[in-house]
Amino acid sequence: MTDLTALSYTAEHEWVAADGDVVTVGITDYAADKLGDVVYVDLPAVGSDLTAAEVCGEIESTKSVGELYAPVTGTVVEINDAVVDDPSLVNAEPFEGGWLLRIRVEGDPTAGLLDRAAYEALTGGDA
Amino acid sequence: MSEPRFTPLRDRHEALGASFTDFGGWMMPVRYTSDLAEHHAVRQSAGLFDISHMAEFEVTGAESGAFLDYALAGRLSALAVGKAKYSLVLADDGGIIDDVIVYRLADDRFLVISNAGNRDAVAAAFAARVSGAATVEDVSDDYALIAVQGPRAEEIVRATPHLAIPELDDLRYYAWASGTFDEAPVLAARTGYTGEDGFELLIPTASAGALWDAVLAAGAPFELVPAGLAARDTLRLEAGMPLYGHELSRDMKPAQAGLGRVVVDAKEDFVGKGRTVPADDAPVLVGLVAEGRRAGRAGYAVTDADGTPVGEVTSGALSPTLGHPIAMAFVRPAFAIGDLPLFLDVRGTQIPATVTALPFYRRSK
Repeated sequence: MTDLTALSYTAEHEWVAADGDVVTVGITDYAADKLGDVVYVDLPAVGSDLTAAEVCGEIESTKSVGELYAPVTGTVVEINDAVVDDPSLVNAEPFEGGWLLRIRVEGDPTAGLLDRAAYEALTGGDA
Repeated sequence: MSEPRFTPLRDRHEALGASFTDFGGWMMPVRYTSDLAEHHAVRQSAGLFDISHMAEFEVTGAESGAFLDYALAGRLSALAVGKAKYSLVLADDGGIIDDVIVYRLADDRFLVISNAGNRDAVAAAFAARVSGAATVEDVSDDYALIAVQGPRAEEIVRATPHLAIPELDDLRYYAWASGTFDEAPVLAARTGYTGEDGFELLIPTASAGALWDAVLAAGAPFELVPAGLAARDTLRLEAGMPLYGHELSRDMKPAQAGLGRVVVDAKEDFVGKGRTVPADDAPVLVGLVAEGRRAGRAGYAVTDADGTPVGEVTSGALSPTLGHPIAMAFVRPAFAIGDLPLFLDVRGTQIPATVTALPFYRRSK
């Protein structure tokens, strides 16, 4: 099990795990539940430059389309091909096999992000 | 806007962990576990739906048939006792107020089931159209409606303790039979909104919870699962069935939605008579299929090869059963034939789409 208190979060329901200057990004279980069964993910290409808080992809469920926001500014170094092939991983393992992309950042990788307590407050304890 | 209502089965849904959504003024279960799992269960085994939000009207009196012939698009006076028929409530201008299913209970008695969101509009239309020896009563609050849908639905109904439908052996699609659940009367209709075999069970509100529990328990060995509105929507879309507010509306004439056959123009008089034929250039409903996994959704534009809009998607999804995107859309008549290239504008990306005959999915008999 992932230690959820070790992750950082955005108000758009992404989680961020920092490892040096590379962060791994996914969406939270709360967001995955709200979306319903994810059937398609559209991720930015490796090498693309992202700006924090801007839309960088899409997550479609059977019922709706959610936008993926870049949680940090940086360059995409890897995307999760397994989740592109099998988007249900987002629902089944949002914090593990359902990760979406890795971004190389300059400076503090988690500056401006929420900690677990702040994220739980945001979701009203439902997260 | 009044507070959303809950059906008599609210506590069951909450205990099963349902997520709720507002639909037609009702808080309804949208899913219990997974949209896709519930969809596949209905195609492969069976699903149990609470559709108690739907409205029921009882029409009684010697002139019930004549009243419905006037108030609806079809010739309901010709419907045999024990049978059901799909029909439309039309406006004076031929637009669609609602789509309904009519069950003939007796020579002088009919049941009309309409959409929850159109309950007031249908009630108003009936009140304005009724006269003579017919009366209409809105009995929606007296009944719950539970649907068992899927290839194993008949086995499940048979296996449900205390549910007795003596004429089940002879009950065909679009027909109904009376039965009992313990002491409570049940109207068992072989109708549905999923494209599968199945039953819709109308039961007095007070007995609804016990019937839900009994069917769910009896269905477990047959892999019955509770299913929400999300699955119901993708199931009906695959089956090419229209949803009011999407494929049907006040601004739409029946023939535009492929429902010209529902209108019996030969009737002497009915509301909408002579006004049901759409203009030659009125958009018409088509089925569209595409490749890949990105679905065109309600409100997305349908364009020609130049990117010029020629229509609009009314319902769309990645078909869980077929594995590719499907959509229903209104397009200009010239584009409905299928020999001109069409594209779905999926948030700025043009995805080639092909016109196909509805339904997208048909069950094997």
